[in-house]
Amino acid sequence: MATLKINSIDVVVPEGTTVLEAARKSGIYIPALCQHPKLTPFGGCRLCLVEIKGMPRPVTSCTTPVSEGMEVVTTSPTIERLRKTVLELILSDHPNDCMVCEQAGACTLQELAYEYGIRENRFEGERRQYAKKDGNPFIERDLEKCIMCGRCVKICDEVQGVEAIEFGYRGFDAKICTSFEEDLSCEFCGQCVAVCPTGALTGKLWSKKGRQMGVREVDSTCPYCGTGCSLTYHVKDNEIVRVTSKDDTINEGLLCVKGRFAYKYVNSPDRLRKPLIKKDGVFVEASWDDALDLIADRIKGIKAEHGPDVIAGLSSARCTNEENYAFQKFMRAAVGTNNVDHCARL
Amino acid sequence: MDKHNITVKVCMGTGGIAAGGAEVLDAFVKEVSSSGIAAEVGKRCSSEKVGCRGLCAKDVLVDVIIGDQKVTYEHVKTDMVPRIVQEHIVGNAPVTEWAAGEDYHNFHNRQQKVVLSDCGNIDPEDINAYIAVKGYVAARKVVTSMSPSEVVGIIKASGLRGRGGAGFPTATKWEIAGKQEAARKYLICNADEGDPGAFMDRSVIEGNPHAVIEGMIIGAYAIGSDKGYVYIRAEYPLAVERLKKALEDARSQNLLGKGIMGTSFDFDILIKLGAGAFVCGEETALIASIEGQRGMPRAKPPFPVYQGLWGKPTVINNVETLANVPYIMRNGPEWFASFGTEKSKGTKVFAITGKIKNSGLIEVPMGIPLREIIYDIGGGIEGGRQFKAVQTGGPSGGCIPADLLDTPVDFESLAKVGSIVGSGGMVVLDETDCMVNIAKFFLEFTRSESCGKCVPCRIGTKRLLEILERITRGEGKPGDIPLLEEMSVDIKLASLCGLGQTAPNPVLSTIKYFRHEYEAHINEKRCPAGVCRDLLTYSVLPEACKGCGACLRACPAGAVTGEKKKLHSIDASLCVKCGACFDACKFKAVKKE
Repeated sequence: MATLKINSIDVVVPEGTTVLEAARKSGIYIPALCQHPKLTPFGGCRLCLVEIKGMPRPVTSCTTPVSEGMEVVTTSPTIERLRKTVLELILSDHPNDCMVCEQAGACTLQELAYEYGIRENRFEGERRQYAKKDGNPFIERDLEKCIMCGRCVKICDEVQGVEAIEFGYRGFDAKICTSFEEDLSCEFCGQCVAVCPTGALTGKLWSKKGRQMGVREVDSTCPYCGTGCSLTYHVKDNEIVRVTSKDDTINEGLLCVKGRFAYKYVNSPDRLRKPLIKKDGVFVEASWDDALDLIADRIKGIKAEHGPDVIAGLSSARCTNEENYAFQKFMRAAVGTNNVDHCARL
Repeated sequence: MDKHNITVKVCMGTGGIAAGGAEVLDAFVKEVSSSGIAAEVGKRCSSEKVGCRGLCAKDVLVDVIIGDQKVTYEHVKTDMVPRIVQEHIVGNAPVTEWAAGEDYHNFHNRQQKVVLSDCGNIDPEDINAYIAVKGYVAARKVVTSMSPSEVVGIIKASGLRGRGGAGFPTATKWEIAGKQEAARKYLICNADEGDPGAFMDRSVIEGNPHAVIEGMIIGAYAIGSDKGYVYIRAEYPLAVERLKKALEDARSQNLLGKGIMGTSFDFDILIKLGAGAFVCGEETALIASIEGQRGMPRAKPPFPVYQGLWGKPTVINNVETLANVPYIMRNGPEWFASFGTEKSKGTKVFAITGKIKNSGLIEVPMGIPLREIIYDIGGGIEGGRQFKAVQTGGPSGGCIPADLLDTPVDFESLAKVGSIVGSGGMVVLDETDCMVNIAKFFLEFTRSESCGKCVPCRIGTKRLLEILERITRGEGKPGDIPLLEEMSVDIKLASLCGLGQTAPNPVLSTIKYFRHEYEAHINEKRCPAGVCRDLLTYSVLPEACKGCGACLRACPAGAVTGEKKKLHSIDASLCVKCGACFDACKFKAVKKE
């Protein structure tokens, strides 16, 4: 353990903790854009600069490990001036179209601009202009809004292990690129979208469906597979407009392409809402009672005539573990056969 | 040397080759071996290629050495070779009219050569030539009879500081790395020389690659490393080729490899080619590049001596630093420390370029006043024009004006006047250079070489450049100067690596010493040096115009009108400010302001 002083407050943290982590654990706020708890430190946004006694210049708290007896100051006129300059520089190369940006209200950059009260900008100048051309079905990449924090690159590499994107070019022309700058063709887990602190990466399905106002968040479990990731449906007017996942869940906020983007079936008009019974070759809507009665009669009849082992049951991976348990119990105890299986084995 | 032996040494550095060195060398070989002469001198005369000797402006330089008499010829072309051979080599009468003049001798006599002492004298492609001048004696002594801490002690006593720019004490780096417990340690030679106009490291590797290798062997022994890298730019093909050959030759003589020089010490060196990114000269970016990552710096600490290449303790030394090491070990630390100042010991190699008569490569003791470098060694300003400033330290450095010409050239003094020693680039500027334009030039460089990782450097250099461009276009606004200053200070403080932390220096130092030039651009829309095209107007001086029509013929825009032998005039609305009329006029009748 190491004891250090942050803004004259004694803080005790394990060796190897960064100054930023130590401050946050102690409830001391330091702004940051590129830092993310799941990722190795980057040190690119320069907002988390702090002064450390004995160091000749401000250092980024996200990259600096604590040491015994360290004295840290997280805010001072110089530090605040530098943070403001950095934010102004970022915003001087940003579309600043928050009015129509999908991310408005959930954007870290917007929050920081608000916090530092940046309206006029000393550094107005040329902005990067890119054609929007990524034809992939899921992820909207608006590189003009990218602040080059590198979170997307790092989560893709360090967490997902896919390395679909990297930094390309240099200096002001630097941007996040796919191989040969072709359309994104990864597995579309959307982890990059989840960690992007601006509106540079958003879900294409979300577009114009609603931002924060009137949107209700409903925590749920992903129905796609047995992993059972926790997710949060963003619902507006009884329609899912977006799916996210919180950091403090069993899946630590990570999702796959199905959990994150394949939610349209919920409101699909093709979806069956009532049981159908085929009469004279045509499906006709029926009540649950009628449908279940029919099934019970047929199972009983077949069982009486041919024995239980001519009957087999196939369950779905979409069902929860509890539903699957109940189903096999039904097949074994009520029908009396071990012929039960599951679509995930097919 | 046998009194009757004749040696012809032809400069074959990059400068020498560009000026035709290879052809001159061939001509000497052919001329001497041709019938008649061969019988007389052929067997006694050898033609050698040597590395750069510094005064590139006078290439091709050729030494003809007969016994102990040496005559140097400058600007040698192939068609001059027969006469030199006939008159000097055969007839023993030097061709005095082609012999190097006072400039050449002043250029060399005022220098103090340590690192460059063998450059230009020995064949860099022949390991035996280096061994003949006591090469590898120091390395042998070190690995066979000294302890690592004794080696560090000698380097410490010499006061050697890093020649790459920051001036960090070399012995301290070695000492810390030596104390680290690790399965493997690395020694990297940083040859990613990238400052515009700088070619010190290239010349050292081209002229004496074995000195660098010997320095690396000694350094590796001191820190306990068995694997070294030379990170060198791919744009230095000749240096790479010579280094490759030198490494092979050293391996074949058991100076590198397993159990070198009969000891149990293993050390070998790999070459890693840089792909042309200036930022890879920064040590953490260099390490990332060797590891196969994008050349992007990371925050320090941890410093590479603790966690460097592949996470192992790593020492990174500049080419010139390492090339100093064998000479220090050979001649002793007191000898080295006898050059230089109290805190900056030894000598420093500089590449002087720009508006100077003798541009080239020089080595001087630390602490020498700038004035001596520029006037005594450099021969002063070209064309008798007025000196304005000297830019040291490349894009990380600053401009030093005329009234500070007596500043001694050492780490502390140059820092005090707002510049740096840097890796050793020195660009001399005269009255025809616009200081705003110079700042713009360096910002163009840093803007395009920034890696883009951190905000202040990526966007800040771009915004600085935009403001400078605006000012040179005549669109400067009141408040631009304080804005430039504010931004510069913040960019320096907030940037991640040395590139961004120093990129605003050219702006700050030009504002500091040449504020009036900025003010003239902004307030009067005038470029005092007559450089910024958008601010120039061309007009004809009636009293000087002879009506010859030269300007009229030269003008590509039809802006000049006038009848023969009558006063001509320039229509400002049509003028594209190309300057063709100014250059064409023989009577200085075109005024540029």
